[in-house]
Amino acid sequence: MGTLATRMAFGKRLMELGAENPDFVVCSADTKACGIEHFGEKYPGREFTFGIAEQDLMGGAVGLASCGNKVFVATFAVFATMRACEQVRTFICHTGLDVTVVGTHTGLQVGCDGATHAAVEDVGIMRSLPNMTIIQPSDSISAYSLADAALAFHGPLYVRLHRNPVPDIHTPDFRFEIGKVYTLRDYGTDCAIIGSGILCAKAVQAADQLNAEGIHVRVLEVPTLKPLNKAPILQAARECGAVVTVEDHNIYNGLGSAVAEVLAEEEPTPMKRIGIQDRFGESTNDVEDLYREHHMTVQDIVQAVKAQMARKAK
Amino acid sequence: MYRFTPQDVKLLEHQCAQLRRDVVNMVHKAGSGHPGGSLSAAEMITALYFHVMNIDPENPKDPNRDRFILSKGHCCPVYYAALAHREYFDVKELDTLRQYKSILQGHPDMNITPGVDMTAGSLGNGLSIGVGMALSARLHQQDYYTYVMMGDGEIQEGMVWEAAMAAAHHRLDNLVAMVDVNGIQINGWVNDIMRVEPLADKWRAFGWNVVECDGHDMRSVLVAFHKARAKRGAPTVILAATVKGKGVSYMEDNNLWHGQAPNDAQTEEAIREINQAEEGL
Repeated sequence: MGTLATRMAFGKRLMELGAENPDFVVCSADTKACGIEHFGEKYPGREFTFGIAEQDLMGGAVGLASCGNKVFVATFAVFATMRACEQVRTFICHTGLDVTVVGTHTGLQVGCDGATHAAVEDVGIMRSLPNMTIIQPSDSISAYSLADAALAFHGPLYVRLHRNPVPDIHTPDFRFEIGKVYTLRDYGTDCAIIGSGILCAKAVQAADQLNAEGIHVRVLEVPTLKPLNKAPILQAARECGAVVTVEDHNIYNGLGSAVAEVLAEEEPTPMKRIGIQDRFGESTNDVEDLYREHHMTVQDIVQAVKAQMARKAK
Repeated sequence: MYRFTPQDVKLLEHQCAQLRRDVVNMVHKAGSGHPGGSLSAAEMITALYFHVMNIDPENPKDPNRDRFILSKGHCCPVYYAALAHREYFDVKELDTLRQYKSILQGHPDMNITPGVDMTAGSLGNGLSIGVGMALSARLHQQDYYTYVMMGDGEIQEGMVWEAAMAAAHHRLDNLVAMVDVNGIQINGWVNDIMRVEPLADKWRAFGWNVVECDGHDMRSVLVAFHKARAKRGAPTVILAATVKGKGVSYMEDNNLWHGQAPNDAQTEEAIREINQAEEGL
């Protein structure tokens, strides 16, 4: 288990980056989102809090960005993508201003906080907005490196982060590149597992287990959900002939939908989407309770791979 | 900048009449648009763009320029007319309002129209964005002012009051809001649809310096901007008493002209009235 949640690893790196990069500012709305609510203590004058007022938060960020400041806005994803959705759409995406919207507490992994605070639809909403780029780390190592990539990026950017620590699957030399698709396992071409976000750890576990059983799969991680880098996805579909997608997001309008759209148009392939079953989150001390309910466990991935392999054999 | 002579006022009044003519002609040519709120805002826009604001049309992206946000973005005809006459672009462009590929979109677009500092059109957003611009001035120790014009119907949006809180909290005396109090929104009188009065008390309660003026008296408008810029330690809101459709008798105080284009005969009549009023200056 990594010691830091993706949100905290991202925030930690952004705090460090503030020292060498005097030209970005941080806006927050009185949440404990990713640790950058302490940015102003370390870098006086460069953090702006707008109180519990997310529309004003986003508008303020827009004003700052329009004057040439690179702006990071951080709050819970449910508020960033819904309470302030129109501000993101019209004044960040349509204008193309340099604002990074950081949404934390995504997917079922929010745990105890329950349905109101668990963003199960944020990628779907952000994916519908022209000009938006969407990225999501899978562990603390990639989240840490992602902060550098976000700082170097120019334009509307949505960063999807998670509440609780997850197992690290990357090595410390990992470098996050926007648009890059990473191959996490390449045992063979019986099936491709395509994951995004913290469930990549389960995808890897499933692949390792399948490998021990004599089934050899490829595991791709797609941290950039938009614009989608289609080539490696199409290549995997062509070479493997079966695809399983894995994400902690609604099966509608997230990674699974994005992959299905590409495959339907360019490389029709048997596939299965593993994800939230179009229901809201709920409170639990152990997110595995919810993953079981929504068929998002390692065993569910293993079964899905076998089922898709059976379909391609027909 | 703060001082003005009777000659200044006269020139501004003539300029304002020209903007009124442009509004009527533009909306007529476009076949749609929002003349009522454009005409009520004409004196304030004229004062800002031809006297008050520190701007250089040759250098529209100057980081030290004063900023303006037309938060009631549907009233862009009068805004575009002012920008054209300040030579941000050719006045001939005014004939293309709302047409396909025009640089003058149905609502202001900062990436398309020279001189437009912020995209607008979705009501209630401008003041928050103005807060961000004013915070940036403070962060970088720049002395520009940010002006945000809202409608009185627009301030029914809750986000306006989030921004009002933030501006007062941060003591943004480099931020000037204007409310064009013409009393009318698309479906009728503002105070019948959703009462916004008492305006001055509301803004004062939110920590703002309140300046009231006659929005159709150029002297009164100029004095209001002078007071706003002189205020230290708090943001200022100018509550401008105006008449929707001002200057065109059949449009005045009539919500039907919130968003409707005049026909040929109506346009002729409107221009005649505006000319007549100008002759009396």
